[in-house]
Amino acid sequence: MQSTSRSFKQNAHHALQDATLQRALGNIKTGFQEKRRQVIEALPEFEALRDTGRDIKNHTLANLDFYLERFEERVTEAGGVVHWCRTPAEARETILEICKRRNARTVTKGKSMIAEEIGLNEFLEANAIEPVETDLGEYIIQLRHEPPSHIIAPAIHVTREQIADDFRRHHSDLDPNRRLEEPRDFTDEARAKLRDRYFQADVGITGANFLIAETGSTVIVTNEGNGDMTQLLGKAHVVVASLEKVVPTLDDAATILRLLARSATGQEMSVYTTFSTGPRRADDLDGPEEFHVVLLDNGRSAMLGTEFQEMLRCIRCAACMNHCPVYAAVGGHAYGWVYPGPMGAVLTPSLIGVEEAGHLPNASTFCGRCESVCPMRIPLPKMMRHYRTREYERGLAPGTVRVGLSLWSFLATRPSLYRFVTGMAARTLGAFGRRAGRFRSLPMAGGWTGVRDLPAPEGKTFHALWKERQGAERRGNGGTGR
Amino acid sequence: MSSARDQILGSIRKSLGRGALEGEDAARLHQRLATPARNLIPDRTAGLDRDGLARQLVGKLGEAACSVDEVASLAEVPGRIAAWLQRENLPARLVQAPALAGGLDWSQAPTMEVKTGTADGSEDTSVTPVFAAVAETGTLMLVSEASTPTGLNFLPENHIAVVRRSQVVGPLEDAWSKLRAARTEAGTAAAGAGMPRTVNLITGPSRTGDIEQRIQMGAHGPRRLHVIVVDD
Amino acid sequence: MPGSGPRVGLFVTCLVDLYRPTVGFAAVKLLEDAGCTVEVPATQTCCGQPAYNSGDMADTRAVARGVIDAFEGFDYVVAPSGSCAGMIHEHYPKLFADEPETAQRAQHLAKRTHELVSFLVDVLNVERVDAAYPGTVTYHDSCSGLRELQVKTQPRRLLGSVEGLSLTELPSAEICCGFGGTFCVKYPEISDKMVTEKARDVTATGAGTLLAGDLGCLLNMSGKLSRLGAETKVRHVAEVLAGMADGPAIGEPGKD
Repeated sequence: MQSTSRSFKQNAHHALQDATLQRALGNIKTGFQEKRRQVIEALPEFEALRDTGRDIKNHTLANLDFYLERFEERVTEAGGVVHWCRTPAEARETILEICKRRNARTVTKGKSMIAEEIGLNEFLEANAIEPVETDLGEYIIQLRHEPPSHIIAPAIHVTREQIADDFRRHHSDLDPNRRLEEPRDFTDEARAKLRDRYFQADVGITGANFLIAETGSTVIVTNEGNGDMTQLLGKAHVVVASLEKVVPTLDDAATILRLLARSATGQEMSVYTTFSTGPRRADDLDGPEEFHVVLLDNGRSAMLGTEFQEMLRCIRCAACMNHCPVYAAVGGHAYGWVYPGPMGAVLTPSLIGVEEAGHLPNASTFCGRCESVCPMRIPLPKMMRHYRTREYERGLAPGTVRVGLSLWSFLATRPSLYRFVTGMAARTLGAFGRRAGRFRSLPMAGGWTGVRDLPAPEGKTFHALWKERQGAERRGNGGTGR
Repeated sequence: MSSARDQILGSIRKSLGRGALEGEDAARLHQRLATPARNLIPDRTAGLDRDGLARQLVGKLGEAACSVDEVASLAEVPGRIAAWLQRENLPARLVQAPALAGGLDWSQAPTMEVKTGTADGSEDTSVTPVFAAVAETGTLMLVSEASTPTGLNFLPENHIAVVRRSQVVGPLEDAWSKLRAARTEAGTAAAGAGMPRTVNLITGPSRTGDIEQRIQMGAHGPRRLHVIVVDD
Repeated sequence: MPGSGPRVGLFVTCLVDLYRPTVGFAAVKLLEDAGCTVEVPATQTCCGQPAYNSGDMADTRAVARGVIDAFEGFDYVVAPSGSCAGMIHEHYPKLFADEPETAQRAQHLAKRTHELVSFLVDVLNVERVDAAYPGTVTYHDSCSGLRELQVKTQPRRLLGSVEGLSLTELPSAEICCGFGGTFCVKYPEISDKMVTEKARDVTATGAGTLLAGDLGCLLNMSGKLSRLGAETKVRHVAEVLAGMADGPAIGEPGKD
């Protein structure tokens, strides 16, 4: 997918002006946040499970090569094929080849962030194959020609009114005066529309939340059942997954599953958690004839052994972005690529480079809320700071910032000079500001005073006053020196 | 010239600062896979007996928006199904999994049209057994086999699942143990393989929250999931 | 009463020093009332957060060395700021991986460093203060204090003992106010959105006064409240706890 992360600031600007988007984003607080809070309250072991989840993933990453090889062996035993792809281009070509061999005309798709990452839909279309998104959120954004703005709720930025417009425009065979107001109206319509597409599809493509080394299974987690219909009815089932999705055993998956749905949607389990292993068996009555796992690297192996390795523990629950005040202000499109919010702020520069995505780890107050809700205990602010450090070392930080910081630390490492300068600043600003108590505008502080007042200082520094007080006390006068 | 596979594995090893695992290190990991250990299991279902597990399951099924019926024996099931379909204003016809063909006596419900096989998308209602039921979360485990095709779990609008009390376990890990044991017994667990094509863990009927975060049932899978718990 | 209790080095913080010495004096009073001997090392300047959060590690280390030197020998180091105390407590030990001796001194300093109110309650076991502040207040949990140092119940505990004071909880108390150090000038529009929401939540509580434990947050929120024309007074929690809240609130016209 093409990135617009360089334009984060402009993207954010538009997002902040967009009243419809702002309304849609308001749903996150009452929805995801509250539901998660409630379901976690009901599980006393949640904190301990977070530690276990982290440990399972750390162990797996330290032995990633081993577990991937075991996974491949099991898939092959079960009659499937694993395709190792270094780059998005290799993954696209591999999938195209599978589709061509089956003379595929249409392909149904379950939700897959990896498919977004490699730009699969555009590529298939350019090769005369029609991809049909089946996840309702993905279906909606496919109609709108938009990328997803959230990793589990792709259409979270869209209101009912907008969806109604899109449905009326695209489902032009239906009665234009039909009611499209309640969730049931949209859901029923999408259900009916997509039903036939499942049966027509030559190939079904899904992502994978987990790859199980013990059994060679791929796992998807949905509420709709669309991923299941996709893989059941397609003649071939293609799974696209990145390397770090692997976990050792079914029991390890059971542990992490306890964290996933709770952190994502506030459910204990999502409705459908499906373990797929190989193509249909000889005596099965249904199921795909072929089973392929397209394993994508695209930068993951290079993240191992670096300060960003911990990012590979991510299970794509979206708790971080659901709780991030920056995401809540600007939504997912502002981030400009596949992965928004705090996890996007770390993963995006890791995958497409810090020159392209440098804004993302900078647009954070380090409030730490993301890390506090991450089920896998990923230290997101720390890794964002690593990116800021890399940018600073490479000279990518703006000149004004470098000069400002150098000046600040020059002063801060020279206490007497610091006392002198701050004393002057306090007296000057204090003198100008005393009458009103605050500045409505101040030269060189336009970033601040453009939108808020700047309170005036009291007029003398603490150190100056403390010195006075010490002096007074030595002279036997007591008092606080104010 | 090395393959993409070799290059990816090589890149992983280079990043981790070592070569391929061998000897003791590899053996230990092989062992971890061969004899999977459980991690922390929530206390929720610890120490529950058969009745306790059944009660926990029924409660959780309800929370997951299933409708639940409890019967004393398999013999009652056809009659109860007919009654449920009538209550829900659904047609008196269904498709049943081949696995149930011997066990359910439909003479109890003579006006019912009963097909046996997989679903082709035209059916309103399916009836299937389950492999296990996980009381911790109200989750049904269904596995794909010739006698329990996966299509029955997804294609019809209404899915009726018949659960026997003896199939109810506490945590998901117990269901995995049951599955491993059953596959080994059936001789299909050769060399660690042995999973069926599909294992479905189903917790309630299909739903979506994609319209302004408001939950709506019946996205693509069944709108209704009706569970009949049989005291066997 | 300054006494023979613990010897505490006050980390003033650059914002308190420059902007609002009252907070520093309130901190001194609270510590002395609790039996501490308080000193203010004259060579202290800044904890280094601005450089640290901008990724300028060289300057961070330079500033941190100065802090480590300035605060040798105290039983405790206390700051009326969760972010500055958090910087020293959580982050200083990680700064000197290549300098073992400094790393050890940093570790030693980190262990002794606390945020003011949590220090009073958790270490000195202060249960109440002798102060009065009639009216309703609401409290914002500054992010670093909350998440790095677990400052949550302690200010509420002590505020509960202030005569005449009634606390209305701010529903979004744990949500960032949008200050974030350099964030508010690097991404001013996003920062403004965040502080506007915060200001609206504050006025919606109906409280007469907003309190918090970090001056950066307070300057940010005060500035927005006054720009929106709200009458809410904004103070540092230390002022109220020390009974030194009779002067102008933040952003209010000065006396004289």
